[in-house]
Amino acid sequence: MSEAAGRPALEVEGLVKHFTVGGRFTGGGATVHAVDDVSFTLGEGEMLGLVGESGSGKSTVANCIMRLVEPTAGSIRLQGRDITHLSRRELRPLRRSLHMVFQDPYSSLNPRMTVGAIVAEPLRLHRLAAGGERERRVVEMFDRVGLRPEVRHRYPHELSGGQRQRVGLARSLVLQPSVLIADEPVSALDVSVQASILNLLRDLQRDMGFSCLFITHDLATVEFLCDRVAVMYLGQIVETATWTELFRNPQHPYTQALLSAAVVPDPVAQRERKRVVLEGDIPSPAAPPSGCRFRTRCPLHELSAPASDTEQPPLREFAPGHAVACHLAAAGKPVPRIADSGGDKVATTSG
Amino acid sequence: MAEPLLEVADLSVRFDTDDGQVHAVDRLSFALAAGEVLGIVGESGCGKSVTCMSLLGLLPETAAVSGRVEFGGVDLLGLSPRRLRQVRGRQISYVFQEPMTSLNPVFTVGRQIGEVLHRHLGLSRGAARKRTIELLELVRIPAPERRVDEYPHQLSGGMRQRVMIAMALACDPQILIADEPTTALDVTIQAGILDLMREVRERLGTAIILITHNLGVIADIADRVVVMYAGRKAEEAAVHELFAHPQHPYTIGLLGAIPRPAEERPERLQEIPGRVPSLAELPDRCAFADRCPRADAACEHVPPLHLARPEHVVACVHPGAEVHA
Repeated sequence: MSEAAGRPALEVEGLVKHFTVGGRFTGGGATVHAVDDVSFTLGEGEMLGLVGESGSGKSTVANCIMRLVEPTAGSIRLQGRDITHLSRRELRPLRRSLHMVFQDPYSSLNPRMTVGAIVAEPLRLHRLAAGGERERRVVEMFDRVGLRPEVRHRYPHELSGGQRQRVGLARSLVLQPSVLIADEPVSALDVSVQASILNLLRDLQRDMGFSCLFITHDLATVEFLCDRVAVMYLGQIVETATWTELFRNPQHPYTQALLSAAVVPDPVAQRERKRVVLEGDIPSPAAPPSGCRFRTRCPLHELSAPASDTEQPPLREFAPGHAVACHLAAAGKPVPRIADSGGDKVATTSG
Repeated sequence: MAEPLLEVADLSVRFDTDDGQVHAVDRLSFALAAGEVLGIVGESGCGKSVTCMSLLGLLPETAAVSGRVEFGGVDLLGLSPRRLRQVRGRQISYVFQEPMTSLNPVFTVGRQIGEVLHRHLGLSRGAARKRTIELLELVRIPAPERRVDEYPHQLSGGMRQRVMIAMALACDPQILIADEPTTALDVTIQAGILDLMREVRERLGTAIILITHNLGVIADIADRVVVMYAGRKAEEAAVHELFAHPQHPYTIGLLGAIPRPAEERPERLQEIPGRVPSLAELPDRCAFADRCPRADAACEHVPPLHLARPEHVVACVHPGAEVHA
């Protein structure tokens, strides 16, 4: 799907973000390897899911792309143009084509502005429309996200979580950006509200044709929305594939574990499934393991040792459009299943 | 069902606020059998946490609790704070959602669990330490002899939740109330905690009340399910029955709203229009009617709970899989 599109909307190459923590008083600080050598492309009109658990670095990737934090190394290209080292001033006109929706609809809207003014703000700042024209575009945007036009005179605290997230979407999309970064946009919402926001995001994407990097910890929402998925673990991408391929044929042991651990709302299927419970916890990104970063928890560590103890597995093509960073993966030779039949069960579980 | 271990009858919880009375729980009844896992599921504000906190007198004084909570021949709601303290932690214990904030950061894990053992069972310091290490072993914390002397900040989220469960199990309670025990955790960690709770039930025979918004967690571990909406019980049935034959339009809506991994991805997720009614003005009719595709004149009264199928109660006048247009 992405190959067919010409120039990618967004290209991230070799992105690295290290934070220095502590040390101000003690002398030597520690370096947190939040993102280490992450590369991916987001095709024109594509929905790419970036999946990972807490501490995987997925939000840092988003913040680097938005230049909310400065990347340590690597490059970010927006429609072919390198934006990694642009100054704030140089970046400003490009902000029109790159927008973000935040996770928490409660704290990401200014409580002292009406939601209409919040949605009009980008138009005002970029001097794109004023007066009646601005108002018209705000009303049109409200309509697109399913809010009645009267709602624009209200304040954020008067709205429900779902309505606020609609306002957040309206603000991000009012300039018709070519790329939308959505960082866990539904995680703070109740299930019944989540569904309407996910449906809305999908409709908007089809109507307006923007490309979307959808960041989440929830595999099921990715599966509903995304064309392609990249799985992150401890600052690195461990696997990328189309959603069908990933769900039918997950390779990286971490992806396999993640798929097997997700609960499905079906007691028959859920109780039949073989689950892989990973040993231990995600290591600290301040001291990532040598070699393969997953090796400390990998159920297949015995098979991949000793190579995995010292060498970082590169993200290699496993099949067309499917790349895996695992010593056990080679073209045409799949990684062993970590739970017999576990992987298949996950893919065939239906409601 | 045999004689229930815990029986809640007509439980109502009201809060007096500046905006008037808020009815957090409205005439809720349910029972818990020995060794059973009862799931209470609902969205935020449905009253599921308030229900369980009221059982143990954990609510602030602004709460007016009425009804009956029968446990071991006494009504827990009528107990003095002193008597209630003896029940709490000893016979009924509670695991909170946030393992980050519910442990005291300035005491070691061993000291915190030891306090429970000392207070309820009168164990000496040495005996308490020995038992604490056993408990940490029980909840599968590696190297318990070392962990017992660590502080909460030295543990990961999953480990802290295991410590919370170990503390809750310290006095071998008959009932464990777990309030969203896995919500703050990652999925791979969640799987381990669910396995642990299953094991606790099987090995110790502890009955569990599991409060969650996640129907996947319910599907995984619950024996019986109570679905709550706006402070009232919408539906109750055994877990397989509920998922196979959901009766209440709200339950049906919730099940359709969850994206799930499947071969064929759905074109759209089912939405539930509107929003949860404000509990300050809980309607004197079906609370779900405003959002319900089946609502009609018959929904103008609070629908009584009735048997829609064998051992399956529902509070809806138009129950069932089909939409009665």
